[in-house]
Amino acid sequence: MTKNNTMPHGGTIKSGTAHDYSTGGWRKLRPILDRDKCIDCLICWVMCPDSAILTEDGKLTGFDMEHCKGCGVCAAECPDKIKAISMAVEEDL
Amino acid sequence: MSAALKQKKVGLTGNSAVAYAMMQIDPDVVPAYPITPSTTIIEEFSSYHADGKVTGELITVESEHSAMSASVGAAAAGARVMTATSAQGLALMWEVLYIASGMRLPIIMPIVNRALSAPINIHCDHSDSMGARDSGWIQLYAETVQEAYDNTIMAVRIAEESDVLLPIMSCQDGFITSHAIECLELIEDKDVKDFVGEYVPKDTLLDVDNPVTMGAMALPEFYMEFKRDQSNAMTRAKDAVSKISAEFAETFGREYGLFESYKLDDADVAIVVLSSAAGTTKVAIDKLRAEGKKVGLLRPRLYRPWPHAEIAEALKNVKVVCVLDRADSMNDFGGPLFGDVRSALFDLDTAPKVFGRIFGLGGRDYKVVDAEGVIGELYKVLETGKIEQLNRYITI
Repeated sequence: MTKNNTMPHGGTIKSGTAHDYSTGGWRKLRPILDRDKCIDCLICWVMCPDSAILTEDGKLTGFDMEHCKGCGVCAAECPDKIKAISMAVEEDL
Repeated sequence: MSAALKQKKVGLTGNSAVAYAMMQIDPDVVPAYPITPSTTIIEEFSSYHADGKVTGELITVESEHSAMSASVGAAAAGARVMTATSAQGLALMWEVLYIASGMRLPIIMPIVNRALSAPINIHCDHSDSMGARDSGWIQLYAETVQEAYDNTIMAVRIAEESDVLLPIMSCQDGFITSHAIECLELIEDKDVKDFVGEYVPKDTLLDVDNPVTMGAMALPEFYMEFKRDQSNAMTRAKDAVSKISAEFAETFGREYGLFESYKLDDADVAIVVLSSAAGTTKVAIDKLRAEGKKVGLLRPRLYRPWPHAEIAEALKNVKVVCVLDRADSMNDFGGPLFGDVRSALFDLDTAPKVFGRIFGLGGRDYKVVDAEGVIGELYKVLETGKIEQLNRYITI
């Protein structure tokens, strides 16, 4: 779609395009992973509202900072006995 | 000419006739919430549903906002969707009306016109649908039960026309038409189904082989282009109404245009009014025609899009026009119909003098004597060349 052409009917476009659109820019808190504590239960992966938990072969590998909003759900949902994710203030980093 | 298609003559209220049309159309999904005076449309449709006379889904939702939201969801999924409402119900749908039209979903919604609160009132005026006149929905206004029935059937085709694809409101007057029994001809079920045909959506969320995103964002780079496309579709809707009304006349024998002209050809003065009040006005016109007064009437049937050029052409030889609005824009410049008619006539070389009168709010009766009063005012302006009051309330 280009500016001077007709737009796609009713705004219907191909799916999955949100992945290509960076929305992490206004994050104030950043999740920090303590890899030594993490047991890869992936509750954070289930609960993240932005699909920003990155995994590989069933292991948590990090966070997608282009989409993470710093909401802290991952840190809150991480089991009490584990607490492998903490939230740091971006400007302090 | 196949106008000989069998039709049966019956007496029905406007709501029963529209419910019957909905049963015959048998839309895929009907999400609905009841509100006076449209309630019996859905009440009777739900009886058809319970009796197995329709095959689609009936969703009883918790509010009109939900009804329109479910309509948008179902239409995005590729369903032919109908719902119905009035007044506060339409007002509660407001936010979602614009989403339906912006997403180009051809939802069909019978409206039974009723006054908006406050003061609370359940009776007829047009403040509900007039408030939605800029929401991107096509709007048809019916004078009679027959027309409300016929418009409901035609509305399906108009909304789904391939170069239109916009939602449509098919309006009738609350109680005056919706609850009054009139004689009308009902089309056979099969012939209605043949006329509306099968709806083939342009895109559908249920096509898992071709996944799509609907309702995505468009920021300043693109939003305006979307609106231009939508506006162009609304322009094309006028021709779709003419085309489908002509096909309807050819098939079923009843003719409808963009508007109805009544004794307008040689008229010196004319009244412009929507819906059932046109019937009352015609009685007054007949009476004064018998006294030699050259009075005519123009009743817009299509209000959105506004057939401004055709209306200007139809009124160009009239000397004085009074526009009767059953809604007030509360703007110190008359009702919405007044503004639209007066603006449409502005470019005529010899534009008629135009004044507006607000009438019949909250179900206030508009009688033959009221129409005669307006005609008296029209003649006073014709004789003096002066409009004493551009706008004021009558029937008060």
